[in-house]
Amino acid sequence: MSLSTTDLLRVARLARLQIADHAAETYAAQLSGILAHFSLIGEINTDSVPPLAHAIDAVGRLREDIVSEAVDRDQLQAGAPLVENGYYLVPRVIE
Amino acid sequence: MTNSVIPQTLAAQSAALAEGQFSSVELTQHYLERINRLDGQFNSFITVCPDFALAQAAEADRRRAAGENSPLLGIPYANKDIFCTKGINTTCASRMLAQWQAPYDATVVERLHAAGMVMLGKTNMDEFAMGSSNETSWFGPARNPWDTNRVPGGSSGGSAAAVAARLAPVATGTDTGGSIRQPAALCGVTGLKPTYGRVSRWGMIAFASSLDQGGPMALTAEDLALMLNAMAGADRRDATSIDRAPEDFMADLSKPLSGLKVGVPSEFMDAGLSPGIRACVDAATTTLQQLGAAIKEVSLPHAGVAVPAYYVVASAEASSNLSRYDGVRFGHRCENPVDLADLYSRSRAEGFGEEVKRRILVGTYVLSAGYYDAWYRKAQQLRRLIQQDFVAAFSGVDVLLGPTTPNTAFALGENVADPLTMYLSDIYTTGVNLAGLPGLSMPGGFVDGLPVGLQLIGNYFDERRILQVAHQFQQHTDWHSRMPVAAE
Repeated sequence: MSLSTTDLLRVARLARLQIADHAAETYAAQLSGILAHFSLIGEINTDSVPPLAHAIDAVGRLREDIVSEAVDRDQLQAGAPLVENGYYLVPRVIE
Repeated sequence: MTNSVIPQTLAAQSAALAEGQFSSVELTQHYLERINRLDGQFNSFITVCPDFALAQAAEADRRRAAGENSPLLGIPYANKDIFCTKGINTTCASRMLAQWQAPYDATVVERLHAAGMVMLGKTNMDEFAMGSSNETSWFGPARNPWDTNRVPGGSSGGSAAAVAARLAPVATGTDTGGSIRQPAALCGVTGLKPTYGRVSRWGMIAFASSLDQGGPMALTAEDLALMLNAMAGADRRDATSIDRAPEDFMADLSKPLSGLKVGVPSEFMDAGLSPGIRACVDAATTTLQQLGAAIKEVSLPHAGVAVPAYYVVASAEASSNLSRYDGVRFGHRCENPVDLADLYSRSRAEGFGEEVKRRILVGTYVLSAGYYDAWYRKAQQLRRLIQQDFVAAFSGVDVLLGPTTPNTAFALGENVADPLTMYLSDIYTTGVNLAGLPGLSMPGGFVDGLPVGLQLIGNYFDERRILQVAHQFQQHTDWHSRMPVAAE
């Protein structure tokens, strides 16, 4: 199991994570090592074993469709890095 | 008031408060003074909040004067910095949230404060709870009170160190793959990861949602039971919290262990276990036998793949959960982004540390097209086999006993360059999270002056049983009451 720097940079782009070219080599080597060790999971036969997403076999609870929380926008946005008139500011998307 | 008149456990402090031996304000001042004097060497707190704590303590004293008397009223605690607290920073030990304040309290915090507990501060941890040594914290590593050149474990390392150093009688922790039990073991304290769903995850910053579970850390099993009584319970804001009739986790503590069937998983006792820890587990089985328990060897055939299965599942969920940190709604934002993609990718690159990035990369990789079946789906299939192993084991025994970790606390820096070795320190704990079972770590001896943790694993919702076994063990041993010299 080996990951090239090209593979690594592709994954980093999917994760929206900027990785400098010189660091990509280190990450690729580390991930290759980790995945090589983890590849032992492939040795176990799991044919016909249904995947388990959740340990507790719970049923989703339903509630009445009524407003339960009052959201204070100012308070919610107090932790945002850049807001104006109640809006989050981002770089221009449409010219 | 001198140290000698302040008892160390929550239970004893609760009794002393009820008798009026001291007030909650005095007790809180005692801990704030200790934190101020001693925490420079341990770095167990990221934030200390004296004004907030003293106001809560004064309120607790008022409630008591008005006739209220409940076990947690006026008791100080240390809160892992992963639980959201309104008005006090919640950092998750990340640069990403270094200045962030939550707009609400986590359900756990709400419950503990409603019970009258006093929050001394927020404890250090591995960044976003990803780590087993506390070294990934943006605020620097917490240190082990038994040897400050060694790690306290992680991710709840600050909480474990604070309780071990008597900077707080009890603390909160969270456990995704061992993050309560492993640091409890390495610092010589007692910690409980409840059954998945027992404790609400609302306001507990998400790492891997199908594994994360909050729980208490303390000096004794009795104190864990008192804490869990307040922490546990269904929460309509967490759809995965389990709706069950309330239980008193103190109820079975004093019952004798006669007739108890204890299983020791042979896979936990193999060559990977250090001989000193093996001797402690053997000694514990002898103690339990003397208390009337029967010991039986059991097998968990898939224990060897728990760590890889865990890291695939946990990293996949983490990569999804941490996508919310985008530099827009909260947290760190890069300077002068040229476009939206640059804003996202650079804010995240600057805000997250190395280990968090590694996990996001692993998680994104195992979920990506072409790799999903071989990794993520495979890991979830193994998760079922691991769960079935536990179910089979519990058909013949009441609890499982084994080591919490293969080794005692390692030196700071020892495993930093080798993530894989670090991951393998969770070899006995991760399976419990994959299966969603309750697990407890308690002190069981020392090797070369460093604490050893014994792990008790219970069946689903059988916290009362493992708390009972731990309490009975602690009535007949004194490992849990040993105190590090640096904390004197």
